[in-house]
Amino acid sequence: MIAIIDYGMGNLRSVQKGFEKIGSEAIITDDPKVVLRAERIVLPGVGAFRDCMHNLEQGGFVEPILKVINEGRPFLGICVGMQLLFTDSVEFGLYSGLNVIPGHVLRFPDQMTVAGEKLKVPQMGWNQLCFTRRPPAFNGIDDGSNVYFVHSYYVKPDDSSVVATTTDYGIEFCSSIWKDNVVATQFHPEKSQAIGLQILKNFAELK
Amino acid sequence: MLTKRIIPCLDVKGGRVVKGVQFLELRDAGDPVEIAERYDLEGADELTFLDITASSDQRDTIVDVVRRTAERVFMPLTVGGGIRCVDDIRRLLNAGADKTSINTAAVDRPDFVREAAERFGSQCTVVAIDARRVPGENRWQVYTHGGRKPTGLDVVEWAALMEAYGSGEILLTSMDCDGTKDGYDLKLTRAVVDAVSIPVIASGGVGNLEHLYDGFTTAGASACLAASIFHYREYTIGEAKEYLRNKGVEVRL
Repeated sequence: MIAIIDYGMGNLRSVQKGFEKIGSEAIITDDPKVVLRAERIVLPGVGAFRDCMHNLEQGGFVEPILKVINEGRPFLGICVGMQLLFTDSVEFGLYSGLNVIPGHVLRFPDQMTVAGEKLKVPQMGWNQLCFTRRPPAFNGIDDGSNVYFVHSYYVKPDDSSVVATTTDYGIEFCSSIWKDNVVATQFHPEKSQAIGLQILKNFAELK
Repeated sequence: MLTKRIIPCLDVKGGRVVKGVQFLELRDAGDPVEIAERYDLEGADELTFLDITASSDQRDTIVDVVRRTAERVFMPLTVGGGIRCVDDIRRLLNAGADKTSINTAAVDRPDFVREAAERFGSQCTVVAIDARRVPGENRWQVYTHGGRKPTGLDVVEWAALMEAYGSGEILLTSMDCDGTKDGYDLKLTRAVVDAVSIPVIASGGVGNLEHLYDGFTTAGASACLAASIFHYREYTIGEAKEYLRNKGVEVRL
């Protein structure tokens, strides 16, 4: 069973429907005990890092998340759900995260320019994946595939060997990571049409 | 590299897609979920629903349309029209929307935009601006209530203020051009694009594919919104993208 953590943030229904579409059952839960029993865990996230982290703490999810990750169960973080895995974020101040992946969440620099036009922040839209490694969760996904991003902040892992893909937006940033049983994407697989559904399917089938 | 976005817009009234000319004369254009599925197959980059009834007793209708759409298509959905409080946003996001666009409520109380951005993130807080040129001048005024009420606010200044309040994107509709099929108001769009560092969606007036090209290049829009050229199948989204790619605009095909 796949548990999607409901901590009062995020587009949970889309993630759940994505799993249903590929034939996997996923439940949305606000109960940490259900998370502890789940075979696979998804941490989605829309919103500000600080509020997301606050809600995770208030909901009693921090210990269960760390426990299931340490036990090696497949774990997928999406967007802010990826950022929360890091040490800290500078969004609206400096706030601590789960510190599963040592590193920081930074804001895109101001005044990036490409071909005479200023790059807008947030990055909003479809951009390409450039693979540095091949996590099983990305089986069947071509280099250069377009996926959907909506974010002003990006992750910078201390250990670059966890980076699975990079994406070019004025700078080359880390658009997904893979470390043991943990996969996390800055983009939204549940909003990335067929390519995104393939990633969800791969995750649902991870051993 | 980030690609330019083509966004079909579905004006929804009483659970049906309708299309007007300069905000008037509504015609029925079909079932929102079916149209959303067609655009999904054609390769639209996002979908926008504008709830143009938006009276409080009909809020449930649009939430239901969003929920049914999000069950069928796996692409970004923006919903606007009649959003007045944080709970309206929460319900739409829970139903499967990714972004909500705030128009009249932002003018009534700009702090609402700040609250929405802090609660849900700037990336899902779109401010929609209905703009009309001030006759004989090179500036535009903000209108609210579906384009009926002038506010006295200058569009370019208002857009910059909304960015400062935490808006993550501007949906900019020219009321002068809307429904005319004469093309976007390129001067208006360029003025706003240059005044803010967040993405701007050009809207109102597209009648052919060259208009999309002009919106991306001359005006510098991050995304182009269009309704009737796609609803009435004058062009498919695929045709629009082929055209743009051949002219050197980065699009997702």
